[in-house]
Amino acid sequence: MTLYSYLWLVPLLPLIGATINGFFGRRFSKTAVTTVALVFSGAAFAMALCLAAGFSSASAPYSCDLAHWIRSGSFQVDYSFYLDQLSLVMLLVVTGVGFLIHIYSVGYMWEDESFYRFMAYLNLFMFFMLTLVLAKNYLVMFIGWEGVGLASYLLIGFWFTKDSAASAGKKAFIVNRIGDFGFLIALFLMIKHFGSLDFTTVFAAVRQMPTGAASVGTLTAIGLLLMVGAAGKSAQIPLYVWLPDAMEGPTPVSALIHAATMVTAGVYMVSRSSAIFDRAPAAMTVVAIIGTLTALFAATIGIAQTDIKKVLAYSTVSQLGYMFMACGVGAFSAGIFHLMTHAFFKGLLFLAAGSVIHGIGGEQDMRKMGGLRHYMPWTFWTMTIATFTIAGFPPLAAYFSKDEILWKAYSSPNGSWVYWLIGVITAFITSFYMFRLWFLTFFGDYRGGTTAHDVKHDSADAHGSHDQHGHDDHGHGHGEPHESPWVMLGPLVILAILSVVGGWVGIGGRFEHFLAPVFQSGAGAELAHETAGEAAGAGTETLLMLISVGAALLGLLLAWTLYLRRPELPARIATSLGGLYRTVANKYYIDEIYAALFVKPLIEGSTTILWHGVDQGVIDASVNESAHAAREASDAARHMQSGNLRSYAGWIAAGGAVVIAYMVWVGVR
Amino acid sequence: MVPLSYYLVLGGILFVCGVLGFLIKRNIITIFMSIELMLNGVNLSFVAYAAQWHALSGQVFVFFVMVVAAAEAAVGLAIIIAVYRTRETLNVDQVNLLKL
Repeated sequence: MTLYSYLWLVPLLPLIGATINGFFGRRFSKTAVTTVALVFSGAAFAMALCLAAGFSSASAPYSCDLAHWIRSGSFQVDYSFYLDQLSLVMLLVVTGVGFLIHIYSVGYMWEDESFYRFMAYLNLFMFFMLTLVLAKNYLVMFIGWEGVGLASYLLIGFWFTKDSAASAGKKAFIVNRIGDFGFLIALFLMIKHFGSLDFTTVFAAVRQMPTGAASVGTLTAIGLLLMVGAAGKSAQIPLYVWLPDAMEGPTPVSALIHAATMVTAGVYMVSRSSAIFDRAPAAMTVVAIIGTLTALFAATIGIAQTDIKKVLAYSTVSQLGYMFMACGVGAFSAGIFHLMTHAFFKGLLFLAAGSVIHGIGGEQDMRKMGGLRHYMPWTFWTMTIATFTIAGFPPLAAYFSKDEILWKAYSSPNGSWVYWLIGVITAFITSFYMFRLWFLTFFGDYRGGTTAHDVKHDSADAHGSHDQHGHDDHGHGHGEPHESPWVMLGPLVILAILSVVGGWVGIGGRFEHFLAPVFQSGAGAELAHETAGEAAGAGTETLLMLISVGAALLGLLLAWTLYLRRPELPARIATSLGGLYRTVANKYYIDEIYAALFVKPLIEGSTTILWHGVDQGVIDASVNESAHAAREASDAARHMQSGNLRSYAGWIAAGGAVVIAYMVWVGVR
Repeated sequence: MVPLSYYLVLGGILFVCGVLGFLIKRNIITIFMSIELMLNGVNLSFVAYAAQWHALSGQVFVFFVMVVAAAEAAVGLAIIIAVYRTRETLNVDQVNLLKL
């Protein structure tokens, strides 16, 4: 128990690292910066491992009250941390993957002049993310929630001298703000109805609420508002637009924040609030629909992207959609399971993509890659594992987690075959675009220029907006694509192993049983349903599983046909599809639609009404006008003070005459 | 006995003479004398009332005024001398350094 009373140390360790590097890192050598960053994030990971080793489901949840925060009558919020099965999974994922990406970043960012700043931000992110997952109440969770948003902003805009990176950071921050607004209102509703933000208190109150329409309405409102928050943070329709742009950040950031950990915070939050969602079926349905649509929608965009990181970004959005689909049908543990495996394989995909980008001198356009398997075998093999994993081939990790989601989407009482069907179609598309990426990058002949500078110039000319790696002036020439250093390959290998074995914890429903106490409210019904349907459903489950594996295989074959056997076909298909292809390649013009619907009216309205109208016309004008009037009046009055003694005397005499005249007049009357 | 109104009319004439002199004249000494004229016009009305109503307070007031006027004259003449030494003129229109 003693270790668990030091739970607060886990988030604090990276904060110390961030503080040291942030304030003094500029004067440190790069080795010292590396040491500080790795020691503190590694210590958090080691502590997480110790906590996991001593974890027993019988005595969970552990909680640790650090200090009082708000005490106002019966309402109180404390700085308290909390460890149950769900937080433990998140804790291990965040510290584990986070630590690996810290190591990788050392190799990837070594040449950058702001190396210390990068490592400090990464540690800061770890602090906030750990606060988020270890929080015992919604307010502490909200601190972490906002904090990761800040860290995300800082890291997306890490190369802030580049205009596109700076505006991508702003976009992420502003879009997230919309979601946070929903989250905040949900918190206010909780305070109003439950008088508390503590997880245990709120969930106990929820379970004791009457099942009348009024309380369901309240819970639905809270659930929907929480989902708005989750949609912002986890990049779901309609707030997903920031995530693809967030690829402006350095690749380790894309891996850590925008694939493995931060974007899954929404899934974690929805799962954490499972007690609320269980009692609000309408909110659940909305979550499921949003998740399903996002999965399909983002996957279709992924087909037509040419930037390797953009493909992965849309893939992330799509996979997050799967997780929300799982949450929406009440299979929270399946969602968390996929969250975990996704952290492994998507982190790996991004890191491998980063290794590719690093190896060919900052090029991100897949049309300029090709044949790289000869140049970077380690990257190739790890990327291969990741690609087969995300496509859902057995016995790799995502096979288990995605299959469980699809099965739950079909079989759970809240599910329907529609979710399943869209899920399978998405699985097919996922498989297709991932193998497209794989074939384009690693097979065929190398299509890049001979030197790094040629590559960069080509890319800058042809696709100015895609040339995102201005930093990658590594000094050494990029005559040939080369393999990355071991400090980058090590994390790749570890994540590859995890991508293979990570799914095995779910065999036989072990993962689900482990998490069951957290989701107990719904789990009772679900488990009962499962045991009843187990015998009858086993055959169906196998059939569905075969179909989804078949879909993945079909995607592989299609990608192989189009991009390896007959590479001239894609262009022909694109031409024949014409408008449809252009629409998809331009991401359904969603950014343009948002710009026309929201951004432009907002800017126009702010300029004409708020700036020119209210600010200049009312506020500035009233200040300026009163100053002007005062000057006019005093300019007129100034002439009385001529300095001429006799005119003063005249004024006195006139004044006296007036006073006397007045008194005489009053006297006469 | 001379009626009260005579005294008051005389006092008023003296006061108006003082005011006009104060407003019209440019020489500081003359202005100064005009002030004394105004004071004495008022003094005259005071003593006239005092005699009329057999109330001593009016006469006491006049003594006060005379004392204050004497003190004022001392200070005022000193200032005038100082002004003349620095400015070498007694024309008030030229004593205007504090003007805007």
